[in-house]
Amino acid sequence: MPLELWLAGVVMVSLNLYALGAGADFGGGVWDMLARGPRERAQRETIAHAIGPIWEANHVWLILVIVLLFVAFPVAFAALATALHIPLTLMLIGIVLRGSAFTFRGYGGQDDAVQRRWGRTFAMASVVTPLMLGVCAGAVASGAIRMRGGRVVTDFVSAWLAPFPLSIGLFTLALFAFLAAVYLTLETEDRPLQDDFRRRALLAALAVGAMALVCFLLSSSGAPSIRRGLAREWWSLPFQAVTGLVAAGAIGALWTRRFPLARVLAMAQVTLVLWGWGLAQFPYLIEPDLTFEAAAAPATVLRPLLAALGAGAVVAGPSLLYLYRVFKAR
Amino acid sequence: MSDLFAARSQMAMSLAFHIVFASAGIAMPVLMAVAEALWLRQGDEAGRALARRWAKGTAILFAVGAVSGTVLSFELGLLWPAFMAFAGPVFGMPFALEGFAFFVEAIFLGVYLYGWDRVSPRAHWLAGAMVALSGTLSGIFVVIANAWMNTPAGFRLEGGRVVEVEPLAAMANSAALSEALHMTLAAFAAVGFAVAAIHAHRLRREPRNLFHRRAVAIALTVGGTAALLQPLSGDLSARVVARSQPAKLAALEGQFETERGAPLRIGGWPDEAARRTRYAVEIPYGLSLLAFHDPHAEVRGLDEFARADRPPVAVVHVAFQVMVACGAAMALTALVGAGLFLRRRRLPDAAWYLRLVTLTGPLGFVAMEAGWTVTEVGRQPWIVQGVMRTSEAVTPMPHLAFPFVSFTILYLFLAAVVIVLLRRQVFASPRLGADAAAEKG
Repeated sequence: MPLELWLAGVVMVSLNLYALGAGADFGGGVWDMLARGPRERAQRETIAHAIGPIWEANHVWLILVIVLLFVAFPVAFAALATALHIPLTLMLIGIVLRGSAFTFRGYGGQDDAVQRRWGRTFAMASVVTPLMLGVCAGAVASGAIRMRGGRVVTDFVSAWLAPFPLSIGLFTLALFAFLAAVYLTLETEDRPLQDDFRRRALLAALAVGAMALVCFLLSSSGAPSIRRGLAREWWSLPFQAVTGLVAAGAIGALWTRRFPLARVLAMAQVTLVLWGWGLAQFPYLIEPDLTFEAAAAPATVLRPLLAALGAGAVVAGPSLLYLYRVFKAR
Repeated sequence: MSDLFAARSQMAMSLAFHIVFASAGIAMPVLMAVAEALWLRQGDEAGRALARRWAKGTAILFAVGAVSGTVLSFELGLLWPAFMAFAGPVFGMPFALEGFAFFVEAIFLGVYLYGWDRVSPRAHWLAGAMVALSGTLSGIFVVIANAWMNTPAGFRLEGGRVVEVEPLAAMANSAALSEALHMTLAAFAAVGFAVAAIHAHRLRREPRNLFHRRAVAIALTVGGTAALLQPLSGDLSARVVARSQPAKLAALEGQFETERGAPLRIGGWPDEAARRTRYAVEIPYGLSLLAFHDPHAEVRGLDEFARADRPPVAVVHVAFQVMVACGAAMALTALVGAGLFLRRRRLPDAAWYLRLVTLTGPLGFVAMEAGWTVTEVGRQPWIVQGVMRTSEAVTPMPHLAFPFVSFTILYLFLAAVVIVLLRRQVFASPRLGADAAAEKG
């Protein structure tokens, strides 16, 4: 397998883990915003308790994705940062406000007004960030970012401010909210509270399904080559079938209150969606002018980088497992 | 405001903001670990209370540091895409390593902050030590990448294309060691002094408060040691700059003419039109001696460089003077403190000395900002010294004043909130009884 494919794989795995970890942390913010009913306060506390120890570690996957892009696929990084300057900047503001507001709320004392103010900031930023992340992914998939001679030739707005990227933004938001609600069912022993999150997870699953359909319909004009990939390759049909079954399974497991199973299936669902996109877009890193191969840095860079990634994984991997064992034993 | 200037301002502002929080992320865990060790080994209650309080402060500072660091990693591409397309593969290796160091740091900080009752005391202390170690490493990796921009290595240019890239040779660039050393010491000195100053201020009002006493002792030991070592590392840095970036050296010394036995200028104002530095105190042979360890060595002046290749002289010269002055004041304060300690074998707690420590408190961060101004402005007009100009690297995106202003407002707001929170939650004297319950969180 060529070196750049290994690296593309590592980028995808990192993005995948970012979605499964940080994605759910953002989803938690969505449920903080939508906390309602007699257990409003308990819902918020459960969310804060679940996110607190792990959000910063989960966040590092995004840094890793960025670093891997600029070391291994520098032309692509430059092109994305140019064409998507505006949504990426909005996403960054979301990241800054989410992280700081969450911490300020946690350490800001018990004053209710203070709690509410930071809580609202935290929740709003938790919505903006996944939305913009999805918009950027949608723009990359849409094929609207055009390049010539290694430079972006499209303007700074039209590639992402379009129905398809925006629908992918909403889809991402729904997916993250779904993941979070499913995880949260396992963050409490309290049955009514668990039911709150179960109901939210089921509603979010409906939203995910609806948005998936919207994205699929929009893709015929909004992202034609991805649509081809998802509809007409030899693997398309079985892949779609498996994803559909997993999604239905997750709903079934939630319905029958088998929460650990629901968590596994929800994670599998997000993973399948992400890799489906990756496979449909392959061999393009940015549709339709830049392939992974054309964007790749020379082998003298990729080889030591892979070695460093291996060494880093030996250190960070067990540490991450330890973190999850200490705080997420259930 | 031109787009290039807006981009440079945004980058400078983002770095200036982040470096404060990043330094806290490096040095605060060391202070916490020392305080917690006092509790574990000697059952020192003040040590335990301090570790808990400082952990709260670290949580706040680290969170803001983590998100503002993320902003920087994106800004490399958002503002300088052409630079990253060219340099990413060459100098990116330390960033990849930093990614893992940051992972370890974030993971064990989570364990430290939320694991007081979940892991054994020993494991808890070890988690703190891991945060300190990985925080220091991650700072070192990032500074190595910056050093490459000053002394690029590990590649060859062939008709405008980068060939023969060797990431490890790029990491081993000539400024890597001196810059990493200088910045690491700066982080410990600045944070140590700032923390010591705040607690010294409180200790002056409540001389018997053990909490503040212990805090001053720990922070001053860490900060003072770093401040005393810093002049040595500064000497190393200056000699590397003299060898590898003569235009930067000339700018930071206000040296316009090439000269053997050049004097060291203290203070003064470089007048670019008149091509001389006015009102400076000149120490004969001083510059040649310091920069090359030879009183008769030749120092190249700014006149040797085309106007388009010179950094802005006044900013760099003044920033350098500020950095050295602050560093000297801190080193002297540390020296006096060490003298007092050795004579009486106890914490130097005389009111005048505590006042001195309070006054020196902010200087470490002033020196740090001034030092980064010297490094970054002194490299202009290059983004990669001698290879790529900053103007060639900037994004084609228009209206860059807009994100610059937005991020500035955002950061000013965050800074204000952080200051209020630290005052209330971290540095206030503990209330008896009430704190034991409040500290649980």
